[in-house]
Amino acid sequence: MHLAQLNVARLRAPLDAPATADFVAGLEPMNALSDAAPGFVWRLKGGDQPTDTVQHDYGDQLLINFSVWESRETLWNYVYRTAHLEYLRRRREWFEHLGEPTVVMWWIPEGYTPTLAEGMARLDLLRAQGPGPDAFTFTDFHQPPTPAATTPA
Amino acid sequence: MLRDPVRRALYDYVAAQGHEVGRDEAARGAGVSRTLAAFHLDKLVEGGLLASGYRRLSGKAGPGGGRPAKVYRRSAAEHQVSVPPRDYRTLALVLAEAVDALGGDQAAEAAARRVGERVAAAGLREALAERGYQPYQDEGVLRLRNCPFHLLAEERPVLVCSLNLALCEGLLAAVGDADHAARLDPRPGECCVAFSKNNDD
Repeated sequence: MHLAQLNVARLRAPLDAPATADFVAGLEPMNALSDAAPGFVWRLKGGDQPTDTVQHDYGDQLLINFSVWESRETLWNYVYRTAHLEYLRRRREWFEHLGEPTVVMWWIPEGYTPTLAEGMARLDLLRAQGPGPDAFTFTDFHQPPTPAATTPA
Repeated sequence: MLRDPVRRALYDYVAAQGHEVGRDEAARGAGVSRTLAAFHLDKLVEGGLLASGYRRLSGKAGPGGGRPAKVYRRSAAEHQVSVPPRDYRTLALVLAEAVDALGGDQAAEAAARRVGERVAAAGLREALAERGYQPYQDEGVLRLRNCPFHLLAEERPVLVCSLNLALCEGLLAAVGDADHAARLDPRPGECCVAFSKNNDD
């Protein structure tokens, strides 16, 4: 199984505003860092340019990050143990405090590419019902479902 | 477990290295004989403070590479001793959740900086060593081998690492060190903060 993660953030100012410039400057290096990170499998791209953000109909100034990883550890090491951490530390400069879950994870079969609608539905599930095996977080993590007895003992 | 000074010296030496340590190296590091080192190293493994494995130290593989040697590293397990019992961890988690819920990161960082500024120490390296960071030099950068807040950093990484950076900035001010700047430069298994030399002033 692979680990899918989706996170959303609402910008305080548009992407082309001076207040957001430091964040935008980080898009290309952070995307390059993630794409080269151990355990990285896939991410939803907004276009051919390294700074293109994901296009969607879920509201203006909502940034969506959607990716697939080999394991909790590889995702964790990219998010919190690389230069990416500095952007998380400064997130309040660019993003509003949402007061509800903004990150969701769930397990998918290897080779499967999840859709954005599916990812947003998982976030809704987490927000409505709290963490469970189908929608969880780093803090309330769930292991992948054990495969039904397909392999002989 | 660590009351014996030889054992303590061996533990401190192994724990401070960024690599697995063989018996010869540990004996040299602690200034004791290889036999005595081996005895205490294995006691430390029994006690759960060190972990051991086998590795060819010559770097050569296959025939002629020699027999694999027993090597030691700091155990990932945490040991906390408090008499009488105290539980600061749970309270810290409660406060961290409250900061998150309130969106109070900036106030918390300002508080961490003030706490750092109140520290009295001879110098940056001494201040960091006293607080358990295990500082070491790496290509002109002062790095920290140990995260003193590891468990909390696993639970609330962004908040705890941000507070740690602010605390370290406060430490710099407290020891009057204007030659270094603290920044986030995390690596798996180490502390998130590193100190670089200032070039521009």
